[in-house]
Amino acid sequence: MQSAEAGFDIHPEGDAFVLRAAGRWLVASAGALDAALRRLSGIAPGRRLRIDLAGVERLDTAGAWLLLRTSRAFAAHGVVTSFENVAPDFAPLLDQVAKGEPPSLPPARHEGLVERLVDGIAAVGERTVEAALAGRDLVGFFGLVTVTLLRTLRRPALLRWASLVTQMDRTGVSALPIVGLLSFLIGVVIAYQGADQLRRFGAEIFTVNLLGIGILRELGVLLTAIIVAGRSGSAFTAEIGAMEVNEEIDAMRTLGLDPIEVLVLPRLIGLVLTLPLLAAYADFMSLFGGGLMSWVALGIPPPLFVRQLHEAIGEWTFWVGILKAPFFAATIAQVGCHAGFQVSRSAESVGRLTTLSVVRSIFLVIIIDAAFSVFYSRVGI
Amino acid sequence: MVRVRGLTTRIGGRVLHDNLDLELWPGEVLGVVGGSGSGKSVLLRTIIGLIQPEAGAIEVLGEDMLRLDDVALRALESRWGVLFQDAALFSSLSVAQNIAVPLRERLAMAPPLLDEITRLKLALVGLPADTGGKFPAELSGGMRKRAGLARALALDPQLLFLDEPTAGLDPIAAGAFDALIRDLRLSLGLTVFMVTHDLDSLIAICDRIAVLVDKRLIIGTMAELLRNPHPWIQAYFRGPRGRAALAGKDGQAVG
Repeated sequence: MQSAEAGFDIHPEGDAFVLRAAGRWLVASAGALDAALRRLSGIAPGRRLRIDLAGVERLDTAGAWLLLRTSRAFAAHGVVTSFENVAPDFAPLLDQVAKGEPPSLPPARHEGLVERLVDGIAAVGERTVEAALAGRDLVGFFGLVTVTLLRTLRRPALLRWASLVTQMDRTGVSALPIVGLLSFLIGVVIAYQGADQLRRFGAEIFTVNLLGIGILRELGVLLTAIIVAGRSGSAFTAEIGAMEVNEEIDAMRTLGLDPIEVLVLPRLIGLVLTLPLLAAYADFMSLFGGGLMSWVALGIPPPLFVRQLHEAIGEWTFWVGILKAPFFAATIAQVGCHAGFQVSRSAESVGRLTTLSVVRSIFLVIIIDAAFSVFYSRVGI
Repeated sequence: MVRVRGLTTRIGGRVLHDNLDLELWPGEVLGVVGGSGSGKSVLLRTIIGLIQPEAGAIEVLGEDMLRLDDVALRALESRWGVLFQDAALFSSLSVAQNIAVPLRERLAMAPPLLDEITRLKLALVGLPADTGGKFPAELSGGMRKRAGLARALALDPQLLFLDEPTAGLDPIAAGAFDALIRDLRLSLGLTVFMVTHDLDSLIAICDRIAVLVDKRLIIGTMAELLRNPHPWIQAYFRGPRGRAALAGKDGQAVG
């Protein structure tokens, strides 16, 4: 068997077999040599095998391992093996590799259908337990943050005001363009779709009611919360996660700083203050877009639009939407920060937890929204 | 193995190396020392092509580094191994997968052989076999360095670059790492370029020492450097730590 640079041949010589290795037994040729050496067999137990290295020009750990492995495989079958003509340069290498013999592999487990099915069921159970534990952990974190918040509110000097303002700027002010644009477009789309359907009943004017109720009660705040979860919730996780990777969180603790107080509270309070404002701004931009579309496509002039809007919405409609915003904000901020603290010391876990934090916070936001719907219908607004 | 002539490097407007010369002989261990920020790591990175020098010639394993095309550079890269300061293991891969990366990327190998060689390298650097399944984040600093060394040795390079291999290790682990490099060098015939701050490893395993002062290298054996009148070199080797390390060596020789 010959490869480009390295090779061997094996033939009987007197009462023994001789394996003559030749050429450059380096890692680059190892793949070819490996396949050829594995095919060797057919020496009866009790015979002798001499491995002759006289023709070997160069040897590295991979080559040495292949020779040793072959020798051991035959030895295990009762063949008496020996090395000869080992150049003095190669002897320490062979010794070193022999010392570092990798332990043999455990035999691969054969997996039948039943085992795979059982494994699958076990995996479902594992995931469920994991999710439940994560939920408990998250609730614990909410509690910890609440306690820290109450303690800080009693002594407001402890609050990091500079950090709070920075967070409000980052999560609120810099979100204005994207929130405004998306809300405007959603208003346009709803007005257009609503008008299209309502025109069949000659009730185009009720497009305004659809806009007013739909946007103020639900869409404005929900849309804003989802944008903020994607924008700021993920940023919280990545920031805190990167600090965790750098051991900055541990450093903070040793310096007597409470990471919850320093990192979580400014983000939490900042978001709770800005999200209602962002939602109100989104409401306004959606109605503006809807109004513009009503004027252009339906010929409802702005004064008529405003009058109809006044009739459509009650005094509570706006507040029904905005009241939800602080709860959404608290959820997004805490889920985002919590995921950041879960990061282990690897780059991959930062990415995984950032994804998880966004998915979790959007999921929870929609659950809370549903709970609010039930609550509002019970109290009758 | 490595020949550097008239190297000038500038990082962010600051000249780190000015007309620097260096020669690394086959089979030797060269230790590079110098003050913090004097550009030791930059020198290492320049030699392996991560940083472009401003002027000068770099020849590694007989190839002109600055005139190589991508294909030739990739071929050359498989003939050396690099251990970065913090091991730079890929954090999303297990230790065994980390070691297998160069083998997988550059060679066609059957999975069983890949597995055997990976475990062989683990054993070679003195890590227990079950380390292979662990992730870098689960390892101690010393174990990460060993795993990084195993990855650097995966392709059986002739030339090994080490960036502060013993920094951050306790003296026992650092001593064991020195012994490991000495053993590997004897059995694998390695040539080693080592940036270090560890006086003990300089004395224990380096054949020659290169001191990076005044943007140049002053190269010599320990005895030669001790006779060098340069104030920084005197302060380095004759300072309290240097004296302690040298005394330890003498004590060893007597005992």
